[in-house]
Amino acid sequence: MLTFTVRRLLYGVLLLFVIVTLAYLLLYAAAGNVARTILGPTATQATVALKNKQLGLNTPLISRYFSWLGHALTGNFGSSWFTNQAVTTAILTRLQVTLTLVFGAVIVSAVVAAVLGVWAALRGGWVDRLIQLFSVLGFAIPGFIIAVFLVRFFALGTHWFKPTGYIPLTTSFSGWVGTVTLPVIALSIGLVAGVAQQVRSSVIEALRQDWVRTLRSRGVSERSVLFKHVLRNAGGPALSVLALSFVGLLGGAVIIEEVFGIPGLGQVAVLATSEGDVPLVMGLVVAIGVIVILVNLLIDLLQGFLNPKARIS
Amino acid sequence: MTEIAATAVLAPDVTTDERAARSHLARRFLTNPLGIAALSVLVLIVLAAIFAPLLTSYDPNTVSVLHILQGPGAGHLLGTDGAGRDVWARLLYGARYTLAGALLATVVAAVLGITSGLVAGYYGKWFESSASWVTTLLMALPGIVVLLAARAVLGPSLWTVMIIFGVLLIPAFYRLVYAAVSGVRNELFVDAARVSGVSDRRIIARHILTVVRAPIILQASIVFGIAIAVQVGLDFLGFGDQAIPTWGNMLNDGFTNLYRDPQLVVWPALAVVITGVALTLFANALRDELEQSARPRRRRRATTVTPAEVAAATVTPAEVTPATVTAADPVRPESGTIVHEEPSSTAQAPLLLHIEDLAVGYPQADGSVTRVVDNVSLDVRRGEVHGLIGESGSGKTQTAWSVLRLLPAGGEILEGSICLDGEDLSTVSSAQMRDIRGGRIAYIPQEPMSNLDPSFTIGSQLTEPMRVKLGVSKTEAKARALKLLGQVGIPSPERTFASYPHELSGGMAQRALIAGAVSCEPDLVIADEPTTALDVTIQAEILDLLRELQRELGVTILIVTHNFGVVADLCDRVSVMQKGRIVETGPARAIFADPRHPYTRTLFDAILDESQARGPYAESRSA
Repeated sequence: MLTFTVRRLLYGVLLLFVIVTLAYLLLYAAAGNVARTILGPTATQATVALKNKQLGLNTPLISRYFSWLGHALTGNFGSSWFTNQAVTTAILTRLQVTLTLVFGAVIVSAVVAAVLGVWAALRGGWVDRLIQLFSVLGFAIPGFIIAVFLVRFFALGTHWFKPTGYIPLTTSFSGWVGTVTLPVIALSIGLVAGVAQQVRSSVIEALRQDWVRTLRSRGVSERSVLFKHVLRNAGGPALSVLALSFVGLLGGAVIIEEVFGIPGLGQVAVLATSEGDVPLVMGLVVAIGVIVILVNLLIDLLQGFLNPKARIS
Repeated sequence: MTEIAATAVLAPDVTTDERAARSHLARRFLTNPLGIAALSVLVLIVLAAIFAPLLTSYDPNTVSVLHILQGPGAGHLLGTDGAGRDVWARLLYGARYTLAGALLATVVAAVLGITSGLVAGYYGKWFESSASWVTTLLMALPGIVVLLAARAVLGPSLWTVMIIFGVLLIPAFYRLVYAAVSGVRNELFVDAARVSGVSDRRIIARHILTVVRAPIILQASIVFGIAIAVQVGLDFLGFGDQAIPTWGNMLNDGFTNLYRDPQLVVWPALAVVITGVALTLFANALRDELEQSARPRRRRRATTVTPAEVAAATVTPAEVTPATVTAADPVRPESGTIVHEEPSSTAQAPLLLHIEDLAVGYPQADGSVTRVVDNVSLDVRRGEVHGLIGESGSGKTQTAWSVLRLLPAGGEILEGSICLDGEDLSTVSSAQMRDIRGGRIAYIPQEPMSNLDPSFTIGSQLTEPMRVKLGVSKTEAKARALKLLGQVGIPSPERTFASYPHELSGGMAQRALIAGAVSCEPDLVIADEPTTALDVTIQAEILDLLRELQRELGVTILIVTHNFGVVADLCDRVSVMQKGRIVETGPARAIFADPRHPYTRTLFDAILDESQARGPYAESRSA
């Protein structure tokens, strides 16, 4: 188990290294004359040269890359070209907001999808058809369109939730719930649709297995057959769908945060990329890469817990 | 038979076969109402995009400060936006750009993904490993962030962004094609084509691409939907090319003016939603039809036997009886079963299981009922091993499952009674039945590996029923389980107790299942072909084990089998089953000595063939 974890972790680090290297070389190669962009067209040739030196852009790309990598390993990702704020600070303060949304969405989706999927599999009939219809809609409608309509509805109609903005948990609990609920709903709907479909078909599949009959033949209660045995076996495939959707969820959060005016990684991403703030973009690439790799590792470990066959390999 | 199979392999008439299958799929898709509706909507949207100039006289980009945010009405069908542009015109022309962009991404992803998937799947080697690496890399990248970064350095071009997104979507096609091709690579018909000198290119085109064509269309419609969503999302964020009308730019404008004119976001959102839903429904309908054509309808028809056919089938024994059986034979008049008399010397043990006139059926969609067991009567006496023998499909397993009341979904007991110690199991409540199962009737399945829950240890699966049935503590249940595992001949009970099913051999798993069956001291054990799925050497061991357990524990066993060898080895009495009816029953000895029903004789011949071959040698020795 330990070697498995270590191997996955090393593989993740290698993947991260490749992504970061590619991103660095491509971004800087394509960045053009940064100093000119920052200073504007009226700056003199001398000031531009000075700015370039300040930004450390007068040395060759490869040596800059290695020096950046060295600093990055110590947690120093330089500072933003435009605000001079340290990249690490800029990202860490926003990271927790985005993680709150994303993990909130994952937990809500997992619970709701499990309930809907099992319900559809067991009841069949109109319950099943209704949940299938919901799945089609949830899958087909992009999350940000749902977000736009949530904002439209709560901004113009009822005022149960604050349509935009963010109140930290430390400031006010009810305020936090009020600002977080709508974005989490918007992020979750697509995920619920996908995972519920998977839960439904894996539960139907598991109920057809021979061992279900054998368990029943031993007089094991229907509740134990369903919730202990069938759900455990149906959990693996559903978890895979959840894992595959996670990367997409991070991307979705970028747009959703923009709609709801939430100061998360999405806002940094939108700002940094529209200004061409390369150090900040690099910081984002690293942060998102680390999250994706850690989440995939976590999912692998969970899979091992659910499926004993996966533990050895 | 083998010859036919061989020619089929050597000369795979894929073209005609495939063409038939394809037109079949297409024709069936056309009968799917939801699929047709979705396809029509998509066609309509595409036509609206193509003929945009005919549907509106406005230019989508003409800004008019005098006509800002006008509601729907006289001059403008859907009103004007924040810059005074006609919304209807922008919606129509927007469809052009939005759909063309999504199409570009889909084509890039499909062309690169299919090509690399074919090469990696067919040739393998270094390309396979590096391609799978790149796929993992692409899948770890959040698309939106990459596109934002790309836009930062490359500028806001719809086409560049969509090409990059197409590259990010390569895995969607690569994985599909790779899996299909590497699965088919070593199929017999591909080998055969290779051996007969067909070139690689022709093999790929004719034998491999045909396999994945339909799944590719399905995947493309899903990818197309995703590309629309991402592109609209980017434009909505304001990252798109503002100079062209797209649905995303319209959403952006609508969202900016949300408080001034809440209608503006509705039109582009509606366009995206309708397109997305139509694409998803189209994909779902296609998938449904694909899954159906993968399962040939022929098979379904084979199991759907009309009552008339069953009636015709069940006449056979009655017709056969007079001709082959002497008048002295006692025949149950209502069922036509030949009954061998019990030897008068043996004392009759009391009846444990008494099945009378049992009928089991599966109601069909058309209202008819398929009867798989009809008019079956069976007596099992306490302490005996009773064999229920017949070929596959004769209804013997259905009979066994009815006793447990564990018929597959849709099956039901139509008539008759199943009495265990005088209590009719066909009428007790399901809660009472749950008490009886495991406690008084136990079950040993046919296929050991599929009958153990793969996610739990053998120990946990053994102790769970004991704790419920016998009400013992966890430690006591474990002690009992270890003792049982030793009793059924498992060499290291402790290790097996902690093992998962996949860590056991088939023989060991079957022993564990037998231990589970006898764990709660049942009166009756129903064994459904307990040796069929095992190796020949293990079969004998398991039969020995059953005989030992029967002697030690004194349980009654009803063993379902198609093999008279098993009967000879184990059974006191036998019932022979054919086409859902019992045709002959009696003491095993009596039936072996004098099989009267022709079907029983056929079953005998199946095992006696081998010994007859040695006949002449034995004769010459005795002579």
